[in-house]
Amino acid sequence: MKATYREAVRMGLRNALLSDPRVFLMGEDVGRYGGSYAASRGLLEEFGPERIRDTPLSESAFVGAGIGAAMGGMRPIVEVMTVNFSLLALDQIVNNAATLRHMSGGQLAVPLTVRMATGAGRQLAAQHSHSLEGWYAHIPGITVVAPATHNDARDMLGLALKEPDPVFIFEHLMLYPQDGELDETGAPMPLRQACVRRTGTDVSVITYGGSLGKALAAAERLAAEGVSAEVLDLRCLRPLDTEAILGSVRRTHRAVIVDEGWRSGSLAAEITARIMEGAFYELDAPVERVCSAEVPIPYPKHLEDAALPQTATIVEAVRRVLPKGAG
Amino acid sequence: MSEFRMPSLGADMAAGTLLEWLKQPGDRVARGDLIAEVDTDKGVIQVEAFTTGTLERILVEPGQKVPVGTVMALIRDDAVTAPAAAPPGAGPPAAGPLPQRVSPLARRRAQELGVDLASIQGTGAEGAVTVADVERLARGAIMPTATPAVDDSAARMRGAIGAAMARSKREIPHYYLSNTIDLGPAMAWLAEQNQSRPVADRLVAAALLLKSVALALRDFPELNAWWVNDRAVRQPSINLGVAVSLRQGGLIVPALEAADQASVDELMRRLTDLVARAKGGALRASELASGTLTVTSLGDRGVDIVLGVIYPPQVALVGFGRIAERPWVVQGAVLPRPVVSVSLSADHRVTDGHRGALFLDRIDQLLREPGAL
Repeated sequence: MKATYREAVRMGLRNALLSDPRVFLMGEDVGRYGGSYAASRGLLEEFGPERIRDTPLSESAFVGAGIGAAMGGMRPIVEVMTVNFSLLALDQIVNNAATLRHMSGGQLAVPLTVRMATGAGRQLAAQHSHSLEGWYAHIPGITVVAPATHNDARDMLGLALKEPDPVFIFEHLMLYPQDGELDETGAPMPLRQACVRRTGTDVSVITYGGSLGKALAAAERLAAEGVSAEVLDLRCLRPLDTEAILGSVRRTHRAVIVDEGWRSGSLAAEITARIMEGAFYELDAPVERVCSAEVPIPYPKHLEDAALPQTATIVEAVRRVLPKGAG
Repeated sequence: MSEFRMPSLGADMAAGTLLEWLKQPGDRVARGDLIAEVDTDKGVIQVEAFTTGTLERILVEPGQKVPVGTVMALIRDDAVTAPAAAPPGAGPPAAGPLPQRVSPLARRRAQELGVDLASIQGTGAEGAVTVADVERLARGAIMPTATPAVDDSAARMRGAIGAAMARSKREIPHYYLSNTIDLGPAMAWLAEQNQSRPVADRLVAAALLLKSVALALRDFPELNAWWVNDRAVRQPSINLGVAVSLRQGGLIVPALEAADQASVDELMRRLTDLVARAKGGALRASELASGTLTVTSLGDRGVDIVLGVIYPPQVALVGFGRIAERPWVVQGAVLPRPVVSVSLSADHRVTDGHRGALFLDRIDQLLREPGAL
């Protein structure tokens, strides 16, 4: 079945609302406006204002309300417009959502699902273009996922709502209008499992979210040069599927990590460290990272493009880890 | 896509110069086709393809000298239907004075395979030694150690032979055995055979000697081996390296592959062809790297006994001296008999003199019944 990514997200929302009366959606402009990225368009009409709730512009308040509702037995889905604005709710997330089960000795649980847009590429300037999912992946007590495919955009939400603890879903804003194919038969892939999206033998390109498409395009281009690149979609950023990462590197002996976050202290840095810890003697070349330039993401198109990982820069990084003369 | 690389021949070879492409981009290439002519320390050789497909792109131009292992061309395999690729701009690796870099995986593999890292020139990023470099050498090719920095090809060959032989004497604990064999039956059989043959089809004693060594090796597989990974690895095929002296000096050791399976006639034809091509500089790369035991003969130069130096990674060498009439005692009577000395130089890490002696005796037995060879 063909659908856009945003339609896939909407299907996930509808499925969740239909299958469990405890589920409700709240956030800025999710109701009348249909969501800033139109993911929830039509849901207010279908499910009514009790279950599709517009909130005031206060991330701290409505994330806190979501935590409270989850503790009270509901299964709230909170949409935060972009990860940039979620910083206003960091106290609720880090000090409450992530900690309450642990600080209450297991008496409290916060089965909360938070969705937010992340990433750059639409000239939305620095305050709307950052990729901070790596920060969230730093925090114990929560699960962080990044659906890069249409199936995951639809299916991860349902899996998140079954979790006993908070789950954060990061949807790359460049994906929303993309057309894709939805599988209507297979069972959803487990939430915490990475997935090889393309098999290869020469190098592992490890990525997630909005960079997956660029990585696959790079692999295609490299294939024409005789280079066989494996593309691993992490899917889950916390906890990382370390075995999948190491397994791929053990097969190819070379790794290029593509991460739209900034390089310093990034997810890419964490993955590099894990490869070093778990597969050092399997490495035939130093690990390469393709990350965003360490600047607030620029507004002008040419500068924004230059600041982000691109297919061409991924191809170049792969060439750097290959033996001379290959490809 | 398959890579066509500068081969490492069974000699201490660090680099080679591409002389000529025998195929052009777009040409069909079958496994075994000769596709390039390369100048090495061991003279000019022709290199064959190891895959079947279409020559996609040439990366090294005639006249360029590149290190062993450098990808010189890409061959699009038949199974692949990918469109023609954009040129990657891959030039020959620049040889820098950087300290040697070795990938962790390559270091681990080198240890497993007993490969000496110091002698490898890396082809990886920033000249690092990769696992492919290590495995290429461990597959039987000899380490490319530094060769003298001279242009003269005879001196280069001298350097290559010197490096291989020095390594052999440094690393291999040789032992030597020698027998004298009565070639009476063999020479009589040859004379009888040749009487009824046209000149072009006549056999020489060398064909019989080679066949006897090849057949004897079937019973002594431990001598038909390569020393890799700190142990002897028996080779599935009996490929006799034949030492051929070159007019310009030096020698080269191409192999007669699966020599035990060839008839004496076939072996004779192949030997003639091999010697002619060795002297003419038209050997295949695989012939130079596949030898599993070397046979050397200096009989036609009047030498009585040859005690040769083993050619690594082989573990034994057989030498034949001059075939000459000698006084030979048979049942108390002294008779003139054509005899030859056969010697064995063997690696004591792999075999002991007892087995070596039995091997020489087996050659003797086989030569007593030349019709059965």
